[in-house]
Amino acid sequence: MSEHAHDTLLPATPTSGVEGLAADWGSDQRAFKNVPWGKAMMWIFLLSDTFIFSIFLTSYMTVRSTTTVPWPNPSHVFALSFGGDPIPLILIAIMTFILISSSGTMAMAVNFGYRGDKKKVFWLMLVTALFGLSFVGMQAFEWTKLIVDEGVRPWTNPMGAAQFGSVFFMITGFHGFHVSIGVIYLTVVAFKVRRGDYEKKGNYQIVEITGLYWHFVDLVWVFIFAFFYLW
Amino acid sequence: MDYVAPAEVEDLELHDPDTFITKYVWSQDHKVIAVQYSIIAIAVGLVALVLSGLMRLQLGFPGMFEFINPATYLQFVTMHGMIMVIYLLTALFLGGFGNYLIPLMCGARDMVFPYMNMLSVWVYLLSVIILMASFFVPGGPTGAGWTLYPPQAILQGTPGSDWGIILMLVSLVVFIVAFTMGGLNYVTTVLQARTRGMTLMRMPLSVWGIFIATILGLLAFPALFVSGIMMLLDRVIGTSFFMPVIISLGQQLDYGGGSPILFQHLFWFFGHPEVYIVALPAFGIVSDLLSVHARRHIFGYRMMVWAIVIIGGLSFVVWAHHMYVSGMNPWFGFFFATTTLIIAVPTALKVYNWTLTLWKANINFTLPMLFAIGFIVTFVNGGITGLFLGNVVVDVPLSDTMFVVAHFHMVMGVAPLLVIFGAIYHWYPLVTGRMLHEGMGKFHFWVTFLGTYAIYFPMHYLGFVGVPRRYYDYEGIEFIPQSARDLNSAITIAALIVGVVQLLFIYNMIWSYFKGKKSGPNPWKAASLEWQTPQTPPVHGNWGPNLPLVYRWAYDYAVPGAKDDFCPQNQPRSADAGSSAMVAGSAPSAEDN
Repeated sequence: MSEHAHDTLLPATPTSGVEGLAADWGSDQRAFKNVPWGKAMMWIFLLSDTFIFSIFLTSYMTVRSTTTVPWPNPSHVFALSFGGDPIPLILIAIMTFILISSSGTMAMAVNFGYRGDKKKVFWLMLVTALFGLSFVGMQAFEWTKLIVDEGVRPWTNPMGAAQFGSVFFMITGFHGFHVSIGVIYLTVVAFKVRRGDYEKKGNYQIVEITGLYWHFVDLVWVFIFAFFYLW
Repeated sequence: MDYVAPAEVEDLELHDPDTFITKYVWSQDHKVIAVQYSIIAIAVGLVALVLSGLMRLQLGFPGMFEFINPATYLQFVTMHGMIMVIYLLTALFLGGFGNYLIPLMCGARDMVFPYMNMLSVWVYLLSVIILMASFFVPGGPTGAGWTLYPPQAILQGTPGSDWGIILMLVSLVVFIVAFTMGGLNYVTTVLQARTRGMTLMRMPLSVWGIFIATILGLLAFPALFVSGIMMLLDRVIGTSFFMPVIISLGQQLDYGGGSPILFQHLFWFFGHPEVYIVALPAFGIVSDLLSVHARRHIFGYRMMVWAIVIIGGLSFVVWAHHMYVSGMNPWFGFFFATTTLIIAVPTALKVYNWTLTLWKANINFTLPMLFAIGFIVTFVNGGITGLFLGNVVVDVPLSDTMFVVAHFHMVMGVAPLLVIFGAIYHWYPLVTGRMLHEGMGKFHFWVTFLGTYAIYFPMHYLGFVGVPRRYYDYEGIEFIPQSARDLNSAITIAALIVGVVQLLFIYNMIWSYFKGKKSGPNPWKAASLEWQTPQTPPVHGNWGPNLPLVYRWAYDYAVPGAKDDFCPQNQPRSADAGSSAMVAGSAPSAEDN
């Protein structure tokens, strides 16, 4: 942080080491330099949302350990047969692959946003939203299969512990809700990009902020996948 | 003019109001939103005040009032607690004072996202309406106690288990959505939208307290949100997250396999930081009140900031001290007792610093000062009983007695409320341009302060005798002596008097709005930025064409050599007293603030 010789506005501050870091962070106007308001707010929101999902997952692990009825094996429950033998977790694997791919297209959209390539941003965001939509679609298929074919309900479950169904519908439902919100958010921003709204403002930060949310939703899915489907 | 670096922060697009509706109803001005938050919070707080009066009537004079039966009594207890903690204290400190003070004290034109800020207050109103609706549904509001412990909270036999509990949980979830929208704004504004010269270590302690409390809220409310959703699912569609196998009236219920203690952990993971969500803004605000009205800089500013941060951090690792009698592993009790007692260190440090701020200071016994001193005394009382209850061996016999009621009402009921009163007397001139009536205020203070002692001091004794809390009636309980019953009657009389006097305070606020003495700008001669606006009360956008420049901390009172006894934050150092008086190190704050 450079001090001008006549500047009495700010106190004299150390410029190096831990003290320099603290002085820089605590300096006037902004704690995070060059971070726009929207981006800072999205990070803080995601921190709060991380707590929500962590508590959902911790609660799931707790009820899984308190119930005395055996927990169904996810590999069997989420197996799907394409004519031959059922393949464990195949649908979940495809869903996970799609969601992680959508993070890739989102990252590319952010990159082209900063290059000002309006057309590519629009299409990449739209592709990301379509990936998200197909994820939600497959989740709907998975729910239907469990509810209609296998008789799983939030309050009961023919395969074992009732909490299996409760936790499954609650956590994947809450995550699916996040993905759906993200699809709407991406679509709206994509069309605003195409209309040229952000050229008038002179920045494409909103693309990155949308991207932060989208990457977060993907990351949360990885944890749900690991703790619910693989355990 | 000294060289001043150009502004780095983006300029806020203000939506200037042009009609009555956009100015006072759908307003995006943080000051109007703050007043809306405060009015809703105080209105719903009055409901809770009436409920506490009804409770006391039953406890003091059992059997005299036909309309209070065991079910309604439990409903009063529950709604009183929940309203006071969440819908009054949290909303008033963060939504009310946070909204009003953060942009003004940081030198911003408004919150960073005014539209979201507006949504926050209206969603908050929605949550209050949902909560109030539970008084009018079949079965009435829930009577589960404000902690809402399952399994009893959602089972037949608990008052309000039909509709009341559902509305309570929905209202809490809606409140958390409202709080999150506001809270994100407060945190981002403090971090990213301060004016030039306003470093973090120049912020008034009010902003520090509200800032850290908001972070606590953003990280603690998720636990309540999740447990609220899970309990709603248990109640509405019959899942068993919190419900073990239960035999009720000889019949096995459809529940099984859940963990009631999981709810307690989640609730208190929220519930304990919630104590500090209420306490930290009070700590911050009272520091500013003491400093302004004692004409002295706050003692140990840096220590005060770090104490707030450390208390905030520690508040996340003490939650299970509310659960010593819930059947935990004793080692957990050992851990949580230790962390709980460690919190006493930064807290005591704050108390010492407040006292040392008053040491040899020019104390003006204005209304805010009276309330601030009242706060210190009350907070020390309530804090010391907290040390008793933080120890497992002392807590076990005292838990669920009136001692606990006395403790938490002192420490997080009365103490923060005294700060709220002091803060309203202090900032009312800024909000309205008029002073509150002094005579009414003094009467309000003395009756409230002495009255709360008349209420809660004897309650400690009741707790030692073993009088249990949340009991509708002590009829036929042999070990409770007649003297304890008489004491209960006396407490009730004191409580009713204190309750009625709060109406005088409301009347004072309304009367002074029209008839109060005109205050002029900066009636308390305060140095912090919110009093330095071009107009009093500040207009939309707060500052004139240019944002203020900040040259110093908020506590330059009685600086040696300065021409006034206070130097506003936006006054350059060269203007203190003429050029020659500028000697390095002459002011207590000159070296590093």
